[in-house]
Amino acid sequence: MASFKKIARRSFLIGSAAIVGGVAFGAYYVSRPAPNPLKPGDGEVAFNPFVMISDQKITLIAPRAEMGQGVHTTWAALIAEELDVTLDQVEVLHGPAAKAYYNSALMSEALPSTGYDKSRFMHSLGELLGQAGKLLDLQVTGGSTSMKDGYERMRLAGASARETLKEAAAQRLGINRSQLSTREGKVVAPDGAEIAYTELAADAARLEPVDGHLRPRSEWRLLGKSQPRIDMADKATGTAQFGIDVRLPGMKFAALKANPHLGGRMNGFDAAAALQMPGIETVADLGDAVAAVGSNTWLTLQALEAIEFDWGAAPVPATQAEISGAIRAAFDAEPNSTLRDDGDAATLPEGAQEVTAEYEVPYLAHATMEPLNATALFDGSRLQIWCGNQGPMLVRDHCAKALGIEPEQVEVNTTLMGGGFGRRGEVDFAVYAARLAGQMPGTPVQLTWSREEDMTHDFYRPASAARFRGAVKDGKALLLDGQIAGQSPTAQAMNRWIGLSPSGPDTALTDGAFNQPYGIPNYRIRGYAADLQVPVGFWRSVGASINGFFMESFVDELAHAAGADPIEFRLELARDEWGPAAKVLEAVKEMSGWTGKTPEGVGRGVAMTYSFGTPVAQVIEVAEEEGGIRLRKAWTAADLGVALDPRNLEAQMSGGMAYGLSAAMFGEITFAEGAAEQMNFPDYDAIRMHTMPQVEVRILEEQAHIGGAGEPGTPPAAPALANALFDLTGKRARRLPLMHDFDLLT
Amino acid sequence: MSTTLRINGKSHQVDLPDDVPLLWVLRDEVGLTGTKFGCGVAACGACTVQIDGEAVRSCQVALSDVWGEVTTIEGLGTPDAMAAIQQAWVEHQVAQCGYCQSGQIMQAASLLAENPAPSDAEIDEAMQGNLCRCGTYPRIRAAIHSAAQKMQEA
Repeated sequence: MASFKKIARRSFLIGSAAIVGGVAFGAYYVSRPAPNPLKPGDGEVAFNPFVMISDQKITLIAPRAEMGQGVHTTWAALIAEELDVTLDQVEVLHGPAAKAYYNSALMSEALPSTGYDKSRFMHSLGELLGQAGKLLDLQVTGGSTSMKDGYERMRLAGASARETLKEAAAQRLGINRSQLSTREGKVVAPDGAEIAYTELAADAARLEPVDGHLRPRSEWRLLGKSQPRIDMADKATGTAQFGIDVRLPGMKFAALKANPHLGGRMNGFDAAAALQMPGIETVADLGDAVAAVGSNTWLTLQALEAIEFDWGAAPVPATQAEISGAIRAAFDAEPNSTLRDDGDAATLPEGAQEVTAEYEVPYLAHATMEPLNATALFDGSRLQIWCGNQGPMLVRDHCAKALGIEPEQVEVNTTLMGGGFGRRGEVDFAVYAARLAGQMPGTPVQLTWSREEDMTHDFYRPASAARFRGAVKDGKALLLDGQIAGQSPTAQAMNRWIGLSPSGPDTALTDGAFNQPYGIPNYRIRGYAADLQVPVGFWRSVGASINGFFMESFVDELAHAAGADPIEFRLELARDEWGPAAKVLEAVKEMSGWTGKTPEGVGRGVAMTYSFGTPVAQVIEVAEEEGGIRLRKAWTAADLGVALDPRNLEAQMSGGMAYGLSAAMFGEITFAEGAAEQMNFPDYDAIRMHTMPQVEVRILEEQAHIGGAGEPGTPPAAPALANALFDLTGKRARRLPLMHDFDLLT
Repeated sequence: MSTTLRINGKSHQVDLPDDVPLLWVLRDEVGLTGTKFGCGVAACGACTVQIDGEAVRSCQVALSDVWGEVTTIEGLGTPDAMAAIQQAWVEHQVAQCGYCQSGQIMQAASLLAENPAPSDAEIDEAMQGNLCRCGTYPRIRAAIHSAAQKMQEA
């Protein structure tokens, strides 16, 4: 770990960024200083980019997107644990966009290694490393990385600030720092006298930062225990401020409309009628979209309906059937990646029974509850922007480019997010607001997307097709050979974000299939990149959301062919390969009272997916009821390595599963003439109160590394449900959404 | 044209066309942003408020059709003085992103006003119009039961 001694107050060493999750990057080492972006006010001290103390208050910076995963609370708890403050003593802010807030764990997710087995890390990294520098600068919330990233760094930040405050007190009292202790925001002298941190801040400002040792887990007060979330009271009283709630003096409201034929141009528009409508002040040309501006968002939404547009055609095939055909056609080319090729997957083992199956999954929208929006104010030279976003530096840079100003002239204010799920890692909503603000200098404007605009202008989870072949003998799996075709979300996103066009293997294409902790002697996964221009991006759990379904549906088919119990079959494959994977399977077996038998009218299915460093197993129980098939119960077990906040992890696992179930049951985006055919929740529904199963979650701490939390709960949901439906009906679910083939309760 | 609304016990004079939905009157005119825009077609429940105690989708009620006293999430309680149901939400740590929760709470408050001890089936029936993309339903259910119990004891 970086020593905080080497970290000057005004700069922050980006050190050891290359050592993430135990993966060594070899010679690659980043050691460029990044300035401390905090601008302390009078009498205020920024101890490092994460801790600021004035004579009035203590402020902690949690520079990660709070989109519901509780990151602000747990991130602050990491600092508070070592700083010795309570969470109700401090103010927690997201802070500005800055290099000092880079995500040190993000690159590990892009590495073509299985993750659970670090020794497999031997693939060519040349191209990835070339991009690492640019990626490491990014302040991104994604890839379930926040806790991996912050776990040591934030505790060190807290410990360093604590020791510096103690040093200030030691000098004031004329005693040695080692004689002092700290408690709840105060330094405690040997005689019991207390000095508040706020009283010491000014003195501490004159000292060089002091390093502090990290406490052993046995001494933790906050971490490992469930903390009340710092945003909960505000969210229960309507006072939490989301991007859409920003209100500035003199602010105008605006609504956006872009070409529904995705990727098509805007050839022209006639806004004459719209301009006559009540409350409408102007209609702005944003290049490939327009914004109606006025006194009320709803009035501007109405005005958009009155504009006549001449939209250009989309550069994608005209029908969904043709798009699906183009995805399957990728199988005819060379694979983009073969990230696992154990044994001899080409040859059917002698005497083994061959099993084959083909699967398909659709494009999906993110459908965050809060429709996309951003608020911007341009004063002629500087831009201020307010929005929920997962990448403040990307927002800053792209908005600067849109207005032809320098990144330093852009101030990004990151608000709470009404859901992110990967959608707010894009910058389009911010750039449109910046363009609009650029046309009305001095006037703040909030640009909101209708639900229809949001759903039809997404960067969708790619649709994919799979061909799996396997073999079983004597009740065991001997061969698993999977081929997966779909668009590469990474290639498109990297191009949009930082102008890179990576041509190498995209781990996202086969994530959730190539890296599963199953010891199958002949195990090969090949990915095929489909050449299509449908806009695609990162959707909660990315490739694992696709491949978890393919892989765990097929493993279930193998178990069935082998005449084996689906949990025992998986346990056999997992035990020798990676213990923690077996542990989560054993946990759900016990929790659900699994017997392998279900009464008439009841079905049970299991799935286990390792993703983002965390193995998660789920058992789902379905039952025939009047009105359709009900999801009665779900049991899920996840191994996080270190469970920093058990109750919040329970929420992430339950919620991640719900997100996966929503998509599995009802989620599907199809395109006609390049335009999404689903517009709003009536045709893109999600799981609801009456369709949600009862959920029981168990968090394990068996594995050596800290795992991700926001995404790993999603991938096993679809296959666990599909396998339960097979148990109930005898019919295999080989395509999603399941509502097309099963009579689900709605 | 000027319309007078009673919202959270106060009178508000608003000058907007008759057909502007209550949601957008509250958010963009009155400045009560606790009520959320989610879909605009009464399919998600994020905009739920109460009119004379009845839960309604404010995105579907035109300004001129508002028939009574409007209660929004801000009128239910504040962080320093929460209503019992809001306390139950905190006790069960319900919210994740939190965007739908104003609507969930307003719907649940209306349910509890007519049915002080709802069964799971009755909760299903009353709450199924309120979408939560974070999937917080199990905790919403627990918080409703918990609030029901507290309100009965009170």
